[in-house]
Amino acid sequence: MTPQEIHDNLKAKFGTAVADAKLDAIQPWIGIAPGRTLEVCQFLYTEIGFEFDFLSCLSGVDYNDGKLGVVYHLFSMTQKHKIVLKAICTKEQPHVQSVSQVWGTANWHEREAFDMFGIVFDGHPDLRRILCGDDYPGYPLRKDFKVPEFYNGMKVPY
Amino acid sequence: MGILNYKFENSNIVIASLDGLLNWARLSSLWQMQFGLACCAIEMMAASASNFDMMRFGVIPRATPRQCDVMIVSGTVTLKMATRIKRLFDQMPEPRYVISMGSCSNCGGPYWEHGYHVLKGVDRVIPVDVYVPGCPPRPEALLEGLIKLQEKVRQESLVKRTA
Amino acid sequence: MKETRTLPTDYVNTPGRTSSGRTLRTDEMIINMGPQHPSTHGVLRLEIVVDGEIVIDVIPHIGYLHRCFEKHAEHMTNYQQVIPYADRMDYLSSMNNDWAYALAVEKLLKLEVPDRVQHIRVIMAELQRIASHLIAVGTYAIDMGAFTPFLWCFRDRERILDLFEMTCGARLLYNYIWVGGVSHDLPPGFAEKAKDFCKDFRKTMQEVTDVLTYNEIFIKRTANVGVLPKDVAINWACSGPMLRGSGVDWDLRRDDPYGVYHKFDWKVQVGRGEVGTVGDCWDRYIVRMNEMEESARLVEQALASLPEGNVQAAIPKRIRPEAGDVYVRSESPRGELGFYVISDGTGSPYRVKGRAPAFVNLSVLPEISRGAMIADLVAIVGSVDIVLGEVDR
Repeated sequence: MTPQEIHDNLKAKFGTAVADAKLDAIQPWIGIAPGRTLEVCQFLYTEIGFEFDFLSCLSGVDYNDGKLGVVYHLFSMTQKHKIVLKAICTKEQPHVQSVSQVWGTANWHEREAFDMFGIVFDGHPDLRRILCGDDYPGYPLRKDFKVPEFYNGMKVPY
Repeated sequence: MGILNYKFENSNIVIASLDGLLNWARLSSLWQMQFGLACCAIEMMAASASNFDMMRFGVIPRATPRQCDVMIVSGTVTLKMATRIKRLFDQMPEPRYVISMGSCSNCGGPYWEHGYHVLKGVDRVIPVDVYVPGCPPRPEALLEGLIKLQEKVRQESLVKRTA
Repeated sequence: MKETRTLPTDYVNTPGRTSSGRTLRTDEMIINMGPQHPSTHGVLRLEIVVDGEIVIDVIPHIGYLHRCFEKHAEHMTNYQQVIPYADRMDYLSSMNNDWAYALAVEKLLKLEVPDRVQHIRVIMAELQRIASHLIAVGTYAIDMGAFTPFLWCFRDRERILDLFEMTCGARLLYNYIWVGGVSHDLPPGFAEKAKDFCKDFRKTMQEVTDVLTYNEIFIKRTANVGVLPKDVAINWACSGPMLRGSGVDWDLRRDDPYGVYHKFDWKVQVGRGEVGTVGDCWDRYIVRMNEMEESARLVEQALASLPEGNVQAAIPKRIRPEAGDVYVRSESPRGELGFYVISDGTGSPYRVKGRAPAFVNLSVLPEISRGAMIADLVAIVGSVDIVLGEVDR
């Protein structure tokens, strides 16, 4: 299936959940609403003809204009096609619906996005920090992050 | 050879000072804690393997800190790991030594500038005896660091307490 | 005898009875296989909930080697400067990391590299794959208690490191494959030395096979242990020998092609459940052993067909890709290593995310180790072949 067909099918089925798309980029992407990622991804996983059973990568991004985003790179082992989904939310309301029910691998990826960016994944079974310590102040990969001076009595900057 | 230089010809009598004897015994069997953190750990493993063979210096890897003399901190020390390293160091019985291997544990290494989770040098939590520079240091460099530690142990005295 | 050790679905903490007829309740215990442990292959913490010796649940805790790779990548003034940091992600297969990142940036730049560079990259990547699998096999053997294969594997690995040192001066972290080319050309004498190595390497492989592969103790400890079913592997995005060990015929070098692998004659190795179930630890081990043979063949073929050329001709003076984002994946010894690079049109990357195969492969550990014993857990963790630098980045 081409990205255009995938986009048209999704738009037909989900309407407003599909926000914008850029199908002429190096890797075409489709934007989806952050509160409805679960149903879109469930559809992409189960529907015959799509069968996106392999979640290659789930990354958090800070777009530096008050927006945070989650980028999903999907691949189908049976149909051999790829698609990229982007779910953009704001820094004040950093909530994206979790897709860990669909792909087990999303569990750890979403924990990492939460740890690095502070994006809260609604419906995640165990959302806690994975890489930094549990009491680490702040979300490190945000563009406005300030390195703490001391952490547990140790001086952090050089 | 150290002690054995003072052996009388054709006899089994060796004369040595107690200091010298104890130091010789300690430096010839510095048991290390099997503790590798990152890339330098691979060079440490290569140093214990056949081509470079650290065991001929008496250095045997032991799994538990309660049985070892030297801790070779090989690799980047992160903030999350630093509390555990402090705890492991506290568990080592004295006399205990620390070799800081590699640039990351000396001073933070390539992560010094923007590492928000990297401890810039393990000497911020535990006292270090020998620093081995490199990223990663060659196994020969680690062996040189080990020999420097042996020289340091050779100079120790029963009367003066070291830190 | 195929006995799969899975926890029965109606597992209940049943009380026993003492000889006097009183009930004796057992309880679960939480054991910590801490960050400092000889068998965890690095600083990994496993919180194990056990009932006696049977593992009920495993909770991996990572992050003890989180070195802020992504933050550093954002602050570098040049795309080439990220390559030493990418090296240190998976420090056992630095050439593959460099290549994966270079592929991503070259895709953003729409840059074609010369043929000689492609062949050299294949040679280096495959030699690195052999070196990485040698460590995987050697440390796996030492976890099982066999010390000799560890020494043999490290001895052979030293010969590969000699080859790398001849070329670029470094033993472990090379900074060799740059965006657009490689940093140094192959020195004279490299081809003969590499061919000699490939010949002698097969003898070592035969020795390790004789000692380890069909050894009864090794089979008892690894067959039917940690069985990873096919659909679980795909759902949890496992890749590399973990996926191929479960019988899935999938290799990115052939199926999502990059480089010049299509020019050579090589086969993808898949686990077949030869001594146990498909997808157990032994299958993953034999996939790695066979992959080393294939890599040696690839190196010989690439050396034989090496074209002439300048290896630095296509390295751009200033790397300034147009704004956009790209995700490119490549086959590292551990699996699918991908880099998601976002460029904002300036000379420094906006966001670089490393999709580490060991991070994803490790997340499936709780699923495959319920019902195993603690000693089996050591075998399972060893067969996942994790490198903590990559897991934590």
